[in-house]
Amino acid sequence: MSKAIYALYDDDEIMVDGAKTILSKNVRIKDVYSPFPIHGLEIVLGIKWTRLAINAFLYGITALTLALLGMSYFMIQDWPMNIGGKPSFDLYQNLPAFIPITFEFTVLCAAHGMAITYLIRNWTLPGVKARNPHPRTTDDHFAIEIDLSENQGVSAEDIKTILQETKPVEIFEK
Amino acid sequence: MQKESAIREPLILGDKTYHQITEDVCAPVEGKANKYWYIVFSIAVIVALWGVGCILYTIGRGIGTWGLNTTVDWAWDITNFVWWVGIGHAGTLISAVLLLFRQKWRMAINRSAEAMTIFAVMMAALFPGIHMGRIWMAYWVFPLPNQFGSLWVNFNSPLLWDVFAISTYFSVSLVFWYIGLIPDFATIRDRAVKPVSKMAYSVLSFGWTGNAKAWIRFEEVSLVLAGLATPLVFSVHSIVSMDFATSVIPGWHTTIFPPYFVAGAIFSGFAMVQTLLLITRKVLNLESYITVKHGEYMNIVIVITGSIVGVAYLSELFISWYSGVEYEGYAFLNRATGPYWWAYWSMMTCNVITPQLFWFKKVRRSLMASFILSIFVNIGMWFERFVIIVTSLHRDFLPSNWGMFHPTFVDIGIFLGTIGIFFTLFLLFSRFFPVLALNELKSILKSSGDNYKKQHHNE
Repeated sequence: MSKAIYALYDDDEIMVDGAKTILSKNVRIKDVYSPFPIHGLEIVLGIKWTRLAINAFLYGITALTLALLGMSYFMIQDWPMNIGGKPSFDLYQNLPAFIPITFEFTVLCAAHGMAITYLIRNWTLPGVKARNPHPRTTDDHFAIEIDLSENQGVSAEDIKTILQETKPVEIFEK
Repeated sequence: MQKESAIREPLILGDKTYHQITEDVCAPVEGKANKYWYIVFSIAVIVALWGVGCILYTIGRGIGTWGLNTTVDWAWDITNFVWWVGIGHAGTLISAVLLLFRQKWRMAINRSAEAMTIFAVMMAALFPGIHMGRIWMAYWVFPLPNQFGSLWVNFNSPLLWDVFAISTYFSVSLVFWYIGLIPDFATIRDRAVKPVSKMAYSVLSFGWTGNAKAWIRFEEVSLVLAGLATPLVFSVHSIVSMDFATSVIPGWHTTIFPPYFVAGAIFSGFAMVQTLLLITRKVLNLESYITVKHGEYMNIVIVITGSIVGVAYLSELFISWYSGVEYEGYAFLNRATGPYWWAYWSMMTCNVITPQLFWFKKVRRSLMASFILSIFVNIGMWFERFVIIVTSLHRDFLPSNWGMFHPTFVDIGIFLGTIGIFFTLFLLFSRFFPVLALNELKSILKSSGDNYKKQHHNE
C-alpha cells in the first residue's frame, strides 16, 4: 500500500475551499471522507455521477416482464381457473387483475436489486473493515486524502506546505 | 451554502454543532437506560409474553378459541391487521414522500417513524398468519411449484395481491431504513469504547467509510428508493381495501375504499408517530431536534387526512342511500343506529370531530393536546376497521343468521400482545439504534439550525 497524506478539517466549507486550492496547485486528491453528503463536492472533485438509477430501472423492467410472463403461465397456460366467471383465457382480458402484482413485483425487484448493487459497489457488507482514516470523519471532521503515488512530481513536503495553507486542524500520514 | 428565510422556524434549536448532534443522538445508545425505560420495558415484555402465550394457544387449539361465529367470521384478527398496516404507513410516507418534496422537517422523525413502520407491519403480518390456523403451511400463499397437480395460487384474488403488497412493503421499508442506518452505525462504531459494542456496530455498519463516491451513491439510492416507495405506500393500503371492496357484502362493496383507506392509514400512522415521538423526545432529551414545529407539521397532516376520512364517511353514507340498494342502505343505517352504534359513534367522534381541533394553532402547538388527540385517533382508527368489518357482517341477508361478535380472552390477549411486542421492539430500537438520522440532520444544520439562522440574519 502506498503512503497517503491526510488533511483533517472541522468544517465542510473550509474543506471544500481547501480542495479547490489543492486542485488548483495541480495536486491530485484521491478521496474525501465526510460524516454527511456534501452537495457540489462531486463537481469540485470531478467525480462522475453514479449509474445506480439505471440499474434500478433495468431490475424493474426485468421484474415487470417476469411477473407478466409468470402470471400468464400460471393462470392461463398451465391451470386456467374459472373464478366467479372472471375472464381467464387470455392475458389481455385478464390483465387488469394482474396489474397489482406486476406493480408490486417490479418495485420489489427494483428496490432490492438496487440496494444489493449499492452495497456491493460500495463494498459495504457485513464483516468488511472500515477504511476511513480518522474516527472523527464519521462525527464532525472532514478528511482529504492525497496519495503520494498519484503525485509523483510533487514531494511530500511540498504537499504538506500546500495543505497547511488550507487551514486544516491536523495533517497526518498513514 | 443554501440559506433559508429568516421567518421560517428553525428545525434544530439551541447552539448545536456537528459534534453536539453526534453527542446528543449517541447519548441514549452509549449511556445507561434510566429507571423509566426499565419500567416501561418490563410492562411491554409482560404484555408481549401474554400475547405470545395467546398466539401459541391459538396455534395449538385452532381459531375456535376466538370469538368468531358463522355470521361474524372475520373480526378482530382482520381489524387488527388493517389497523397495524395503517399505522405502518406513516414511516415510509415520511421518509419517501417527504423526501421527494424536499421537506427538511422529516429528517428528525424519519428514522423512528420507519422503525415504527417496520414493527407495525410485522404485527400486521402476524394476523393473517395465525388466522390460517395451520401456520406451518403459510408458504402456500406463494406461487411455488408443487405436487398438487401444479395448482397455483389465485392471482385474481385481492388476498394474494395483499401477500405481495405486504411482503414488498415490509422488505422495501426494511432495506430503506437499514441503508439510512449504515452511516449512523459507523458513527457509533467510531466512537465506541467497549470492545463488544465496537464489534457489534462494526458488523452493523458494514464497514461504512463515508468517502465522496459512497455519499453520492447513498443519495442516489435514497432518492430512487423514495421514488419507488411512494407509489408503494399508496398501493399497499389500496390493495388492503380491495380485500373488502371487491367482495359483494353491503358496506364493503364500495369504490371509494382505496383512497379512503390510504387517507385513513396516513392519518393513523401520523397519530402513532406523534404518540411515540412526544414520549421519545422527552425521555431521550431530544427536544432540540423534535421541536414543537415538527409536532405542528404532523398535526397539519393529521387534520387534513382526518378531514379526508370524514368526507369519505359522509360520501359513503350518502351513496348508500343514493344507490337505491336497500341492503346497502340498511348496512349503513344499522352501523349508525343498530346494536353497534357505540362503535360507529366512537369512530365518528375520534376520527372526524376531535381532530378538527387542530385547526386552532394553540391546540396544534400544544404538546399535551397533541398527545391526547393522537391517542383519540389511534382508538378511532381501530374502531373504524371494527365498524367496517363487524357491522357489515353481523346482520347478513338472512335475519335468522343475525348475531353479534363477542371477543374471547384470546382475541383480547393477542391484540394487547401485539401492542406489547410493538413497544418492546420500539424500546429496544430506542436503546440500541440511533433514533435520529445523524447524517441527514448534520446536512441541514447550517441551513435550518437556530444558531446558524441567527448568524445569517445578522450578516
